[in-house]
Amino acid sequence: MNPVIELDQLRIEFGKRRILHDITGTLRGRCIGLLGPNGAGKTTLIHTLLGFHPPTSGTARIFGRDIRTEAKAVRTLIGYMPERDSFIANLTCVHFVRLMAELSGLPPEAALERAHEALFYVGLGEARYRKLGTYSLGMKQLAKLAQAIVHGPRLIFLDEPTNGLDPPARKRMLELIREIRDSGDAHIVLSSHLLRDVEECCDEILILKDGHIAANCDLEAERRANRKFIELETRNATPAFTSAIGSLGCDYAMTGEQRMKLVLQEGLEVRDLYQLAAANNVQIRRLNFKRDSLEDIFLKAME
Amino acid sequence: MAVYEHHYKPYEGQLTPTWSRFLVLPRYAYQDLLKYKFFIGFLVACYICPLIYTVLIYLHHNASALQLMDLNPRDLVPINGMFFSIFTGIQTTLAFIFTVVIGPVLISRDLANNALPLYLCRPFSRLEYIIGKMSVLLILLSLITWVPGLLLFFFQSFLEGGSWLVDNWWIGRAIFLICVAWIITLAMLAMAFSAWIKWRTAASAALFAIFIIPTPIGFAIQGILGTTKGHLLNLSVALSVLNIDLFRLDPDDKLFSTGEAWIVFFGYAALCLFMLSRKVRAYEVVS
Repeated sequence: MNPVIELDQLRIEFGKRRILHDITGTLRGRCIGLLGPNGAGKTTLIHTLLGFHPPTSGTARIFGRDIRTEAKAVRTLIGYMPERDSFIANLTCVHFVRLMAELSGLPPEAALERAHEALFYVGLGEARYRKLGTYSLGMKQLAKLAQAIVHGPRLIFLDEPTNGLDPPARKRMLELIREIRDSGDAHIVLSSHLLRDVEECCDEILILKDGHIAANCDLEAERRANRKFIELETRNATPAFTSAIGSLGCDYAMTGEQRMKLVLQEGLEVRDLYQLAAANNVQIRRLNFKRDSLEDIFLKAME
Repeated sequence: MAVYEHHYKPYEGQLTPTWSRFLVLPRYAYQDLLKYKFFIGFLVACYICPLIYTVLIYLHHNASALQLMDLNPRDLVPINGMFFSIFTGIQTTLAFIFTVVIGPVLISRDLANNALPLYLCRPFSRLEYIIGKMSVLLILLSLITWVPGLLLFFFQSFLEGGSWLVDNWWIGRAIFLICVAWIITLAMLAMAFSAWIKWRTAASAALFAIFIIPTPIGFAIQGILGTTKGHLLNLSVALSVLNIDLFRLDPDDKLFSTGEAWIVFFGYAALCLFMLSRKVRAYEVVS
């Protein structure tokens, strides 16, 4: 897959404070999760990619276009849903979204049509003629999403899209994000503190820590790799059983008297473990495919 | 309209030219303003003076109408530089009132609602944003200042004949230059105050203050130091200097030179641009 975002020695300084330290990396995911503790530089990175802050040195490219030299061309390709409430006063939602579409270059008629479509798509169709000031927090989040997608961007930055949403609204928002991702027409960069949201939507993550890249991994590949890790809880396990597992060529470690973790070697199946247990008169009481959760990956990156 | 199609799809149609996108802002602003009866009423009131001037010019060239009203052409005000200077003075004052009413909310609303990131994350630069917002005032103020002024000038030329136009071209130039300098400065001041002062009343008061406060300061400096240079802070005086010079009125009334008057206008414009550049950003950065 072609790179979506390429970071090339990107450095951002505000005065004497360095926020991003010469970060380099390539992001290709359909939905890219941007994670990191507060102050890690996530928002600064998004703002830089949007062209709000000029890089101190280095650069970044979005779909191969340089954010320094082709800022306007880059911004035609992207949509942005900010974290904080961002509106234009005294406008109905449909006028607001239409205005945003027109500013993105759509002719007035097309902008109006797309505004209606976007509002129906996010679920605000019935409320589109209400003024934004009368909207609930959940509706405002959806209106922000509508303005971010109205012009059909190829890359959408979503900054904390589920902030302050109740569970049904959060579920709806995540569904929309997944739908957009699965449509194949747009890539998404999702910045969130909620690891579960990122885990549910993203196929690639970039973890920032103190302005450095702490981890950049393909979640799908990680998930596939993790299928080989197994957690085993047994009864009547004997040293003969554990050594038999070792003789199969599996790396293992005892995590308790009757518990062990092992890495299943290529060519071996779970069935082989059961056969081994039966041969050694050992009961397998529990068998889990241990999978590094995003939390594990995040905590590992923070070490 | 395919509102029943609830799925994400990219836009593949035509795009508007980049240069024209700033005009989206005044269009939406006027849609909003035209909802207010006060605005429409005041806009109509701004055309009372041009209407009176049109009648005066017409009367000058219609002997039968004068006869009907039992008037002598010599009783009417002469159509010369002073005639158009008074017209310009009235209309620029109305332009100031319009600016005080409309100007203070132009940017402050967007700042208060954190809307700038939404504008600037699109292919729409800070400069285009400022020009777009400024054109809300520039277009409106043009419609009540130099546009009717030049229409009156050409109306007079049409009735008087081509030679009058050739002899008095400087009147047209004066109308245009004075009005344009004034409305650009007013628009920039309104924008700068709108960007820095979020409270509408305070921003309106600041606009008044910028014209009132320099007057006593100028006179105090004149009284103490005996120089009229203290009036260089005063935009109203700078406007009157331009008025005197370009309409070829009595030069003894000038408090400083025409060049200095232009410097005052440019100085204020530069200051406003600096203020705007500091404030019109997607996000404020604390270094």
